[in-house]
Amino acid sequence: MAEPAEEKEKKGLDIGLEKGVSKLTPEKIEQTINDVLDKECGPRFKTYVETCIHCGLCSEACHYYLSHDNDPRFSPVGKVKQTIWEMLRKKGKVNGEFIKRAAEITHTECNLCKRCAMYCPFGIDIAYLMTVVRRIIHKLGCTPQYIQDTAHSHSVHYNQMWVKGDEWPDTLQWQEEEAQAEIPTLRIPLEKEGAEIMYSVIAPEPKFQAQLIYQAAVIMDQAGVDWTMPATVGWDNSDMAMFTGDSELMGRLKRAHFETAARLKVKRIVMGECGHAFRSVYDMGNRWLGWQMPPIPIVHAIEFYAEILRAGKIKVAKKFSRPVTLHDPCNVVRGGGLHEDARYVTRQLCETLVEMHPNREHNYCCCAGGGVINCGPPYKMKRIEGNRVKAEQLFAAKARGAEVLITPCHNCHSGLHDIVHHYGVGLEIKFFGDILYEVMEKPEG
Amino acid sequence: MHSVYSFVTGPMVWVAFGVFVAGCLFRLVVLLSQVSRKEPFIFSYMNLKWSLRSIGHWIVPFATVNWRRHPVLTVVTFVFHICLFLVPIFLLSHIVLVDEAWSISWAALPDGLADALTLTVIACCLFFLVRRIRSPEVKFVTYPSDYVILAIVAAPFVTGFLAYHQWFGYPVMFILHVIAGEIMLIAIPFTRLSHMLFAVFTRAYMGSEFGGVRKAKDW
Ligand code: SF4
Ligand code: SF4
Repeated sequence: MAEPAEEKEKKGLDIGLEKGVSKLTPEKIEQTINDVLDKECGPRFKTYVETCIHCGLCSEACHYYLSHDNDPRFSPVGKVKQTIWEMLRKKGKVNGEFIKRAAEITHTECNLCKRCAMYCPFGIDIAYLMTVVRRIIHKLGCTPQYIQDTAHSHSVHYNQMWVKGDEWPDTLQWQEEEAQAEIPTLRIPLEKEGAEIMYSVIAPEPKFQAQLIYQAAVIMDQAGVDWTMPATVGWDNSDMAMFTGDSELMGRLKRAHFETAARLKVKRIVMGECGHAFRSVYDMGNRWLGWQMPPIPIVHAIEFYAEILRAGKIKVAKKFSRPVTLHDPCNVVRGGGLHEDARYVTRQLCETLVEMHPNREHNYCCCAGGGVINCGPPYKMKRIEGNRVKAEQLFAAKARGAEVLITPCHNCHSGLHDIVHHYGVGLEIKFFGDILYEVMEKPEG
Repeated sequence: MHSVYSFVTGPMVWVAFGVFVAGCLFRLVVLLSQVSRKEPFIFSYMNLKWSLRSIGHWIVPFATVNWRRHPVLTVVTFVFHICLFLVPIFLLSHIVLVDEAWSISWAALPDGLADALTLTVIACCLFFLVRRIRSPEVKFVTYPSDYVILAIVAAPFVTGFLAYHQWFGYPVMFILHVIAGEIMLIAIPFTRLSHMLFAVFTRAYMGSEFGGVRKAKDW
């Protein structure tokens, strides 16, 4: 999730990066790089590096490359050359300036969206190689300030936004009371042991988008779902540590999340419309903890909405009439195959779907994901300029009639907001939850 | 001259094939043993069906989005790789050598066709060379070693062609041809030409990830 950012500055000072680099010594750089590359990395890393034939075929996969008029410095393999290859070639003997540039490349010029893995004939996972660079940057203490601050929040409070212990149940109670004005019998069941579902969200929801919790509560209530939310840590499923390369912290967070669900003896975890959190619980965090697949089944909101609509648990009073277009978030589509469910939900809720092109697995990333937006204001314009193709893609969908952009992911939401605003695309951005809440049958609605 | 000739066509052939076969086996064994030691989780995601689905798409021309985006390169790439195997294995003079040594033989390409395919390989190499120099995204990631690798692959075909047509002195060209072939065999396991060995594994792993975990297409 984004911090509200200053528009004016193209690239400001990043204290975390500047200060971090100023403290480095050549020995520390060399030792850290070689530790990570030789000891932490295994045959997967080696094989990727040695198999790449420098053909450049991955270039056109990357929205940064396309948006910068095919500037090779932004091609996926170009980023590997400027980071990994140089580190290997110089056996870790690189200077602070190099580390600074490597941190910028891996943290603000790659969204780890894995689109390039679908364009490389060998399926070389450049996003993985970029996370290796982030790991080195993390171990050198040169992670950009804003995202590092978020990781600190995770470390202290087990959530992304410095939400303190009592603020969480307070917010739930507040939203419950608000919603009771609409549906007097509605509850947000806290700590209900043995419920079928634990609903987890990312910390920006209680922090400044509490209406999303309200909407979710109404949807759960009306669908008659047996659900609960924890009152303890473990309620937040977000994970910036995964993006800073702080795998140990990622493991700590995910363990708390899964153990909370286990303590509540729920059968499944349903999560809000977030992409990176899905990656964290379904792809990265669970694996770090040694689970091939999540120990407790994870159901993303898209899948959950599809499920309750299919089962007829929610009835649509009147379909959303304005034409919509649908953004496929990388983490749930290229990472979880939810694109057809997303289309099913769209068709159930909306009258007209105008597909953007490319779509599904081939959709362009929002350029906010992978922790890029979390690197904050110093990189805002870089992020927007790095995704001109997204604006073009959206303009084309708009020209074919789209008025509303559905974006079932928090990161995408914020990133696309910036893009729509900056390029003047003029699409209104919504979550599925917004539309579902709007069109569903409600007691007095 | 004669001793060079008998060396490169005698012991050196054995050495080259030996290094090639042993080198390939060595690289594969090291890969698999390192995976099982350091990253055994990879095996738990590997899945035959998803691997074949992915490999199947990528070994068919134009079956993937990216192949379709680059029609010329796609045709050149496939033609090149097919000829690279076809020509040396089904060349009459190679078969004759094997036949003389072990009395094993198989159908050969007509000489004229083999000649044309050889020229095709050389033309493909030139295409790759020009692409490396002219396309900014390729040039940016090109190291001198990339040219060396390309030369290693082109050399046996260039020298073979010249030797067959007996230009620039047959004996010298013939010896150069044999040496070039031997260098290429030796280089395969130890340079980026090893993508011949590893491509199937990297593709299979990505295919398994996309099929089994990500439930999405990877082409
Ligand atoms: S942003 Fe996406 S396509 Fe570009 S290099 Fe990173 S993972 Fe690959
Ligand atoms: S497409 Fe694959 S092999 Fe070619 S340069 Fe990119 S990563 Fe390397």
